[in-house]
Amino acid sequence: MRQTLFRLALTSLAMTLLGLSAPALAQLSIEITGAGTNRMPIAIADFAGDSVVSQALTAVIRADLDHSGQFSLIDPGATPLSETTQVNYSDWNSRGADALVTGSVTTTPDGRYETRFLLYDIQKQAPLGGQAFISSSAQLRATAHRVSDFIYQKLTGVAGIFSTRIAYVVKSTGRYELQIADADGANAQTALASREPIISPTWSPDGTHLAYVSFEAKKPIVYVHSLATGRRHVVANFKGSNSAPAWSPDGKQLAVVLSKDGGSQMYLINADGSGVKRLAHSSGIDTEPRFSPDGQWIYFTSDRGGSPQIYRMPATGGDAERITFQGNYNVTPRISPDGKSMAYIARTDGRFQVALMDLATKQTQILTDTSRDESPSFAPNGRMIIYATEINGRGVLATVSIDGSIKQTLSVQAADVREPAWGPFVK
Amino acid sequence: MRKLLFAAAVSLLLAACGSQPPAPEQTGAGAAGSAQSAARNGAQSQAVSSDKLDMTSLAALKDPRSILSKRSIYFDFNQYVIKDEYQPLIEAHARFLIANPTMKMLIQGNTDERGSREYNVALGQKRADVLKKALQLLGVKEDQLEAVSLGEEKPRNPGHDEAAWAENRRDDMLYSGEY
Repeated sequence: MRQTLFRLALTSLAMTLLGLSAPALAQLSIEITGAGTNRMPIAIADFAGDSVVSQALTAVIRADLDHSGQFSLIDPGATPLSETTQVNYSDWNSRGADALVTGSVTTTPDGRYETRFLLYDIQKQAPLGGQAFISSSAQLRATAHRVSDFIYQKLTGVAGIFSTRIAYVVKSTGRYELQIADADGANAQTALASREPIISPTWSPDGTHLAYVSFEAKKPIVYVHSLATGRRHVVANFKGSNSAPAWSPDGKQLAVVLSKDGGSQMYLINADGSGVKRLAHSSGIDTEPRFSPDGQWIYFTSDRGGSPQIYRMPATGGDAERITFQGNYNVTPRISPDGKSMAYIARTDGRFQVALMDLATKQTQILTDTSRDESPSFAPNGRMIIYATEINGRGVLATVSIDGSIKQTLSVQAADVREPAWGPFVK
Repeated sequence: MRKLLFAAAVSLLLAACGSQPPAPEQTGAGAAGSAQSAARNGAQSQAVSSDKLDMTSLAALKDPRSILSKRSIYFDFNQYVIKDEYQPLIEAHARFLIANPTMKMLIQGNTDERGSREYNVALGQKRADVLKKALQLLGVKEDQLEAVSLGEEKPRNPGHDEAAWAENRRDDMLYSGEY
């Protein structure tokens, strides 16, 4: 991944048009604003071996688990514990730990690092498994995230998202940057910088490309950007406006909104910009299309009923069915990875908030206590939603768990952050 | 509107006959020759009359005395209906475009900052489309017009209150060379 980003930085230097791509100067910083009520107590011991490398690794693992809101960290003491150390279960039990991680870091003959670790269930007095990784020093952070993913998956039964990435737009005075960072906000890289707005970044299903809308030509145009090469191509630049790209689950097509035939209407177009065909006809606004994960449906926002509401239609075309009925402003549908629920933005008493609907029962819940929420995006494990909001007049990103209990904000100093998109699992 | 169409037809007719001032003219100002004809227009309007402005000349687009220098119309919250007060402005721009058929206009629709960015792109598009349609009804050719949306992305007033929002719910009219 780092290598990819490095190549991205290099190739983008050649793109003088917009003067692109370097490690971003402003990094996202995380603040935890709400934690889960049932946090599992876990101790992450310092790993044996190189103490500096061990500290760097375990600090990232601890921060990952702490930020997840599902674990509380138990003081592991100052003594490093390797994966071969005999575990004193009753001692850890009396310290309040339900789980323990031990491990080691050793230097390989070619100057890389070998990380080994073991996870224990203290209650059951049994190891739950472990892994070994070889990594360069530049890959240590990624290794730590993979250790966190393993621990999270074993203890919660749900895949971890610590190795995933997020895309978002940073706006400072007269400058817009499309950035990509690790899910914990580290390693921010700029994929595109422009003097004109960039909106609606969205990841291709395989995580290799981003589609987005750029206003650099004084009108909205849809691009697809390769993260490996830093090159991009125009997908939709028809007369009028071109916006709201959404990938089909197979990554071959995009749903886009074009005004070329009058009004904002939905079309399907191949990812290379060929083969545009109209999806639906309505007299009002149709926008913000999103495929359901199974590719069967396209959810979208329309004002055909007099106010903006969410509808869905078969992805092959056909009649639309209204999904939201409460309130007079429901927009930006995002379907969960399991296809069972929908996050969207609902306006209630002048506040715009992230709402979650169970698509089977139509039960809805407001997840946030902020009031300028936009652009919700599910983590690929479906447990968290990242969205844009405003705190003290500044644009920030925030995450919320799907039960509304675990909350964090991610902000950049002296700039607005907006338009988050959570990337897919890394293969 | 009927009167306007009549005036437009007369101006086209006069132009076709190669009539001389003071009637509106210079309908042949092409993209290539526009600088030249602009200069000619400027010279003529000075020579013919120093206080009477030729409302179809390129100079009139920027002259603060001309209604054509006004380029914005404003909308109510979440609305895309053109208010009556803008009808004279729209008619003036229609006359200009009819008199200058090689001139093109980019209509940029804008919204205030509230709500979804993409929905606001669509709302701004509605606002741009209604103006485009109004100009077409007045006789402007479709290929002279492009209606696009900037959504909430380019606020003229960066504030966060009703006064700022009202200023940002807007269509802007840009002519060839201005975008």
